[in-house]
Amino acid sequence: MRYFVRRIGFLLFTAWAALTINFILPHMMPGNPAQVMLAKFQGRLSPQALSALTEAFGLNMDKSLFMQYIDYWKRIFTGDFGISLTYYPSRVIDVLAESVPWTIGLVGCATIIAFTLGTLLGIFSAWRRNSALADALVPVALFFNSIPYFWLSLLFLYLFAYYLGWFPLAGGYNIYTMATGFALLPSIIHHGVLPLSTIVITALGGWMLTMRNNMISVRADDYVAFAHAKGLPDREIKYRYAARNAILPSITGFSMSLGFVIGGSLLTEVVFSYPGLGYILYQAVTSLDYPLMQAIFLFISLGVLIANFFTDMIYALLDPRVRDGGV
Amino acid sequence: MYSVRKLSFILSNKKAVVGGCVLLFLVLVAIFAPVIAPYGPNETRFFPSLPPSREHLLGTTSLGQDIFSQVVWGTRLTLTVGLVTGSICAFISTTIGLVAGYFGGWVDEVLSLITNVFLVLPGLPLMIIIAAYITVQSVVPIIVVISITGWAWGARVLRSQMLTLKSRDYVKAAIVAGEPPLRIIFVEILPNMLGLIVANFFGAALYAVLSEAGLEFLGLGNVNAVTWGTILYWAQNNQAMLLGQAQWMVVPGLLIAILGMSFALLNFAVDEMTNPRLRR
Repeated sequence: MRYFVRRIGFLLFTAWAALTINFILPHMMPGNPAQVMLAKFQGRLSPQALSALTEAFGLNMDKSLFMQYIDYWKRIFTGDFGISLTYYPSRVIDVLAESVPWTIGLVGCATIIAFTLGTLLGIFSAWRRNSALADALVPVALFFNSIPYFWLSLLFLYLFAYYLGWFPLAGGYNIYTMATGFALLPSIIHHGVLPLSTIVITALGGWMLTMRNNMISVRADDYVAFAHAKGLPDREIKYRYAARNAILPSITGFSMSLGFVIGGSLLTEVVFSYPGLGYILYQAVTSLDYPLMQAIFLFISLGVLIANFFTDMIYALLDPRVRDGGV
Repeated sequence: MYSVRKLSFILSNKKAVVGGCVLLFLVLVAIFAPVIAPYGPNETRFFPSLPPSREHLLGTTSLGQDIFSQVVWGTRLTLTVGLVTGSICAFISTTIGLVAGYFGGWVDEVLSLITNVFLVLPGLPLMIIIAAYITVQSVVPIIVVISITGWAWGARVLRSQMLTLKSRDYVKAAIVAGEPPLRIIFVEILPNMLGLIVANFFGAALYAVLSEAGLEFLGLGNVNAVTWGTILYWAQNNQAMLLGQAQWMVVPGLLIAILGMSFALLNFAVDEMTNPRLRR
């Protein structure tokens, strides 16, 4: 219970920190970026929209910073993130609602596949250590881990979509079809294969190496030696004895890698013009759409924090030592 | 004698040798860039979009710059950003990790909380947002932005190592001898975790190189500076792939991956050498 309370406290604290950073950043930057943005959109926006922007970015000098901070929280709790300038006159919240599912789907599937595949490869490479194939996996994993996401995306896009024509060049589904709902699924999968495989390939190595190191450590433990001595089948020791314990640190590593995978998927989305948060963020950044930018960062941070919280809960479920406050 | 043995120990690790040689080679390329590159990186006096030839090993850009020269000169800034950012991250994580682990109590609570917050905040989106607010005119803001988000993992690892080291006898002896805490941390204990700090440095450098490339590819760096990331940015903006200038895109990206891999190999190798269980 104490663990649970601590985790909830941490979740709330990090959420507060992320939201506050989001508020402070535009105020801290030299040369007031909001002013630049306002100047850019002067005459193109309605007076109401302009005054709303002035308000949102603290250019309204009548209010103290503290009052602006209070207003900022009010706007967050009412879901009022203002009007997007890139997708004018859509509300930011509507633009987000359309793109969030794409990113969650892409990152979610990629993470599950990469985690499973990487962990299995890690188990294999640790268990068959000193065989040529298992040892060759290590440098290969290190190399894939060092490839820039966007660069691999570009190569895949060119090779498999442009040159070979196996996959579509852009987008998340076929926009020229009348199909809706589940009828769209084949088209969605067809569009998702390339972005998904880029993320899986570059993320796989990290999981593999973590699992490999854990497995090698666990393998030297007495209880594994005892299981061998007892004459248990190799397979059973591998999965039911060693891997079960070795996987725990991998789950802790989730928090960091999730942030990393999100970052990678943003770049991948940009290359494939995939209609998720990354692509929208890129549009927002290139057109100085600060309201949209702020809201995207907020959603990504909250998403990562909540996913992280659930990882901690799963961890406690798997490891009683954590639950009971032993570690 | 000791150092000779240490050297042969390092040389017996294949990953360390390969990673070290690649890094050394790239450092030499960076130092001797003016000698190696046939032309200046921003000379635009050539015919645009030439395919690779004897005069232009990697062809020319759409603006008529020699791509090979750009790649050679780009080694300088790319490496600098990686190594400097890696050092800054290693410095921050060492200081915070060791201080938190040694003192414990509320110092540890506060520092660990800060570390954990930075650990879970998504790095690249934060960098993108910051880089979008400031107009980047040099690589300094890039270095700062990557350092802010890149130190937390190392701090966590070093803190837990500190927890296991601080109960050793030699630390107790130093406390009894009346040495000040900071001296104990940085003079007595730190040398015993140099391996971990070095591994941490290479890990951070890898993170820096990849993040830098990502930011620059999005056009958030100084697009007029010549780095591998900005070369990729221009290649993409000029549709290099579709114009049949694939080498313009492939070579800088491959070099980023190779540099990143040399950092990753060194990180892994140091880890292997200092963790006896991973040794064969």
